[in-house]
Amino acid sequence: MISLLASVGRFTLDQISGIGRMVLFLLSGIFLAFRPPAKIRLIIYHIKTIGVDSLSVVVLSGFFTGMVMGFQGYYSLRQFNAESWLGSATALGLLRELGPVLSAFMVTGRTGSAMAAELGTMRATEQIDALYSMAINPIKYLVSPRLVASLIAMPLLTAIFDAVGIYGSYLVGVGLLGVSSGSYISGMENAVVFHDVYSGFIKSLSFGLIITWICCYKGFHAPPMATGVSQATTEAVVLSFVLILVWDYFLTSIML
Amino acid sequence: MIRVVNLHKSFHGQKVLNGVNLEFATGKITTIVGTSGCGKTVLLKHLNALLLPDEGEVRVDGVDITKLGQKELYQIRGRFGVLFQGAALLDSMTVFDNVAFPLREKTHTTEGAIKKKVVARLEGVGLEGMGHKYPAELSGGMKKRAGLARALIMDPEIVLFDEPTTGLDPVLATGIHQLIATTQETFGFTGVLVSHTIPQVFDISDYVAMLAGGVIQEITQPEAFRTSQNPIVQQFIQGKTEGPIQVL
Repeated sequence: MISLLASVGRFTLDQISGIGRMVLFLLSGIFLAFRPPAKIRLIIYHIKTIGVDSLSVVVLSGFFTGMVMGFQGYYSLRQFNAESWLGSATALGLLRELGPVLSAFMVTGRTGSAMAAELGTMRATEQIDALYSMAINPIKYLVSPRLVASLIAMPLLTAIFDAVGIYGSYLVGVGLLGVSSGSYISGMENAVVFHDVYSGFIKSLSFGLIITWICCYKGFHAPPMATGVSQATTEAVVLSFVLILVWDYFLTSIML
Repeated sequence: MIRVVNLHKSFHGQKVLNGVNLEFATGKITTIVGTSGCGKTVLLKHLNALLLPDEGEVRVDGVDITKLGQKELYQIRGRFGVLFQGAALLDSMTVFDNVAFPLREKTHTTEGAIKKKVVARLEGVGLEGMGHKYPAELSGGMKKRAGLARALIMDPEIVLFDEPTTGLDPVLATGIHQLIATTQETFGFTGVLVSHTIPQVFDISDYVAMLAGGVIQEITQPEAFRTSQNPIVQQFIQGKTEGPIQVL
């Protein structure tokens, strides 16, 4: 009985100290981002890897998500003779929820996993130790530029996802199912207020931070072997997905 | 002068270093030998505080670096160069950029001066004209040489070599040993080398230290090491499976 209690206590302490280490890692990354010299070239490079390289998958998923919303929205609204509300329903759904969440999922899969694998491989091949031994802080060099880049790239990707999604829904609703173009656009104009755009923007910012934080942390602390890298990558992606959904719930409840 | 005092280190309850005491002579090459997994690399990583001990001190010119804050520690690390076992070149950069990296990050040297210095170092290790290649395009020996060029680019006072010839053929291993010896003569750094490539490594060493059982069993000059009466040293030199060192 005592050994069981001891195990539970040890496990709890391990979990708490693990969370503490993760938070300190994030705070160091943010703090070092503000310390000169600014790594402008690295930030631009990571905006490309997080933003530009994820663009195709974000556009594709946004377009098909919008088209599905067009179909589902149309057949649901038709039951209440409210097909003209399709534009507003799609726009609100995308701007407030689906745009930030799904584009964050896409970036996690496309770039977050690559981040974790890259840093994990750098750990396994002693490249992170090499940075320490050259008196270069690896968090400032590897993590801070990624954090800044994700804060810039994520809202832009989300905006593109939203725009393409709305267009996809428009094509299905107006082009395929016969909803009037005027009612689609004007419904959207009437229903969407700045707060909807703003809440989506805040969500995308925080999701960008979560993805980079979790994926960098997991990669940075990966056990130095092949299975360690794969395990770190899997954990990074799964934990990012879960945290995005949990954080989305809290943000939604605060900002509604 | 680097001095290790009563160093202890365990990983997951397994004792690796059990009270290591050792001094490294300034301007000389000291080689740490021992069986695979005996803790040589762990000891080496304590010398520039890449690992911190459970107990004990690592003194660099009298300063215990295990107790330093981050800023002071980075200053001390700036006096070290390290050649890692797998060279640890940053694989997103070319060889030239790898060698230039510490200069760009830690100094305000102009690009012209950086280029001149990097080209000279690459020539020094026999990699002239290879600066544009990426680490993935290099052979094992070339990676080690590029790693050596990077380790020397900041003119360090102390250079740590972690098994610099592991995985290389005997001819290339001798070439790397000669390169370490000639660069040490040129730059006059204090070299600490971890290796089990004996007896070849004796030729470039001023002192040889044997690590076994978590402690230094013997430290002496190479000739005296060869003729040591210590049974652990003799078992290691002769490569016998029977003796005080438990093999399996």
